[in-house]
Amino acid sequence: MDRRYVYLDNNGTTRMADEVRDFIHSYDELYGNASSMHTLGRQSAAGIEWARTKVAELIDADSADIYFTSGATESNNAVLNIFRDLADEGGERRRIIISSVEHPASIESAKYLRKKGYQVDLCPVDSIGRLRLDELERMMGPDVSLVSVMTGNNESGTIQPVREASAIAHRHGAFFHTDATQAIGKIPVSVKEIDADYLSLSGHKFYGPKGIGVLYARHGAPLSPFIHGGHQEKGMRAGTYNNQAIFGLGKAAEIAKETLVEEHERLWEMREALRRGIEERVPGVVINGSNDESLCLPGTLNVSFPSAEGESILLYLDLEGIEVSTGSACATGSLEPSYVLMAAGLDVELAHGSIRFSFGRYNTMDDVSYVLEKLPPIIEKVRSMSTRKV
Amino acid sequence: MAESFMAQWVYTDTVKDHFINPRNLWKEGEDFQPDGVGEVGSLACGDQMRVGIKVSDGRISDLRWLTYGCASAIASTSMMSEMAIGMTLEEAYHLTPSMITDALGGLPEHKFHCSVLGDKALRAAIDDYLERNGLDNPYKGTTARIICECKGVTDQRIEELVKSGKVSTFEDLQRETGASTACGKCRDRIMEELNEALHIYGR
Repeated sequence: MDRRYVYLDNNGTTRMADEVRDFIHSYDELYGNASSMHTLGRQSAAGIEWARTKVAELIDADSADIYFTSGATESNNAVLNIFRDLADEGGERRRIIISSVEHPASIESAKYLRKKGYQVDLCPVDSIGRLRLDELERMMGPDVSLVSVMTGNNESGTIQPVREASAIAHRHGAFFHTDATQAIGKIPVSVKEIDADYLSLSGHKFYGPKGIGVLYARHGAPLSPFIHGGHQEKGMRAGTYNNQAIFGLGKAAEIAKETLVEEHERLWEMREALRRGIEERVPGVVINGSNDESLCLPGTLNVSFPSAEGESILLYLDLEGIEVSTGSACATGSLEPSYVLMAAGLDVELAHGSIRFSFGRYNTMDDVSYVLEKLPPIIEKVRSMSTRKV
Repeated sequence: MAESFMAQWVYTDTVKDHFINPRNLWKEGEDFQPDGVGEVGSLACGDQMRVGIKVSDGRISDLRWLTYGCASAIASTSMMSEMAIGMTLEEAYHLTPSMITDALGGLPEHKFHCSVLGDKALRAAIDDYLERNGLDNPYKGTTARIICECKGVTDQRIEELVKSGKVSTFEDLQRETGASTACGKCRDRIMEELNEALHIYGR
């Protein structure tokens, strides 16, 4: 095949949809400060409220419970900090439980809280990276304030049993947060079905703009100002509205809701075609996560190539125009490979040799064919240089 | 605007060249009978290198290598192989990581250890050659640098202690050598050496 450009890092970020970009530009003139009383201010505010409705519809929420943030990292930090503050204020529930495979936005915040003397426990996962509900049940107690479990994992694609985890948290009187960043636009996400008290999402993971996201906080769940300043977002999250980003997020949410079913089908088809093709053409591969459609985000395929190191594979693929990510330590600057894969019990060599392919709406079956043509000789080359033999 | 953002490759062009076309690779099935072999690194840290050398008239006449590792590890070993062939054993023994990284046009700081592995594997191969032939090793110890001046602890001593499994923490090292127990000024450098050694030899 002729050289192509194949972007397979959609779990990292997505290209903004053409419709979203066009929509944003059609409102370039709506630059008013939405807090102003004049006409331009009121029009801008109306646009923001429209977007709020669209996001609420996407996650089956009341639009009054939607707070715009800079993204899921801010949202996750905000939730953990709310419960830190409650502990500071003498609350009896002082312990937070999060899964061991949460995004760094939660894991690193949790580590920081621990360093400051707060109690945060990590709940383990099984061999496909799915939360151990039995462990969660065992870890619960009357001192737990919050349980946070992501809806779907960014690295392995594993879908978490959030409904069950939420039920366990609530039965023990704790609140429940889910980071749905990776799941949005790929699988149906309903705060009502999950019975979530909090949910985080980011616009750029589903073809919206970067730097904009949402914290959903159910009415009645603890909430206190997390960015201090003006009275925006009911005084909870101060700062002049980023009108255009919010409009774009609203448009992306609208599209995601409309296209969810067909998008899921298309992504899963490409993912499975790539998985089968790799298994046929490359000896000794290990698929990380689950191949069960009900347990895996449809566009995510995480593969380990024994005796080949991930950064080398990534860079050889990049030279062919194929963009992926790896769980190898070498690519991150740390000395530890992916904690997500290691938490699922993966051998350290396999974690170093892991590659994540993540599909999105702009990929096609031709991309799959192209990867299946270019990947096998690359793995062969990396293995031929390796001290390790398959 | 877009033009000014056109990305350079992640490493230098020389690294890229050696990554794409590695020199002196130890190909499977190739009839290469090494006079000495050295292997360093561990999978735990994500890189491992094996170097085989042929020696004639006190010089490295040929060299082959294998590397499990990232692009800069592959390029470092490849560059090292070009530099080492033709060198006397003494010259090769004193090949330093910075000579390799300089020849590569530089590596990002967090990739420096990749080049450290290359020259260590080469030294291990020379040690092996001398030992196999029952020859004295006049070089061992000649590359040591003193890290803790108060207690006279060298980088090589740290490396040997980690390699033998006697030391795996800063406290172990203090107990074994007294390093950084007097003025304490060397603490950061000791930690650096210790982490490097653990990275390469730690289990």
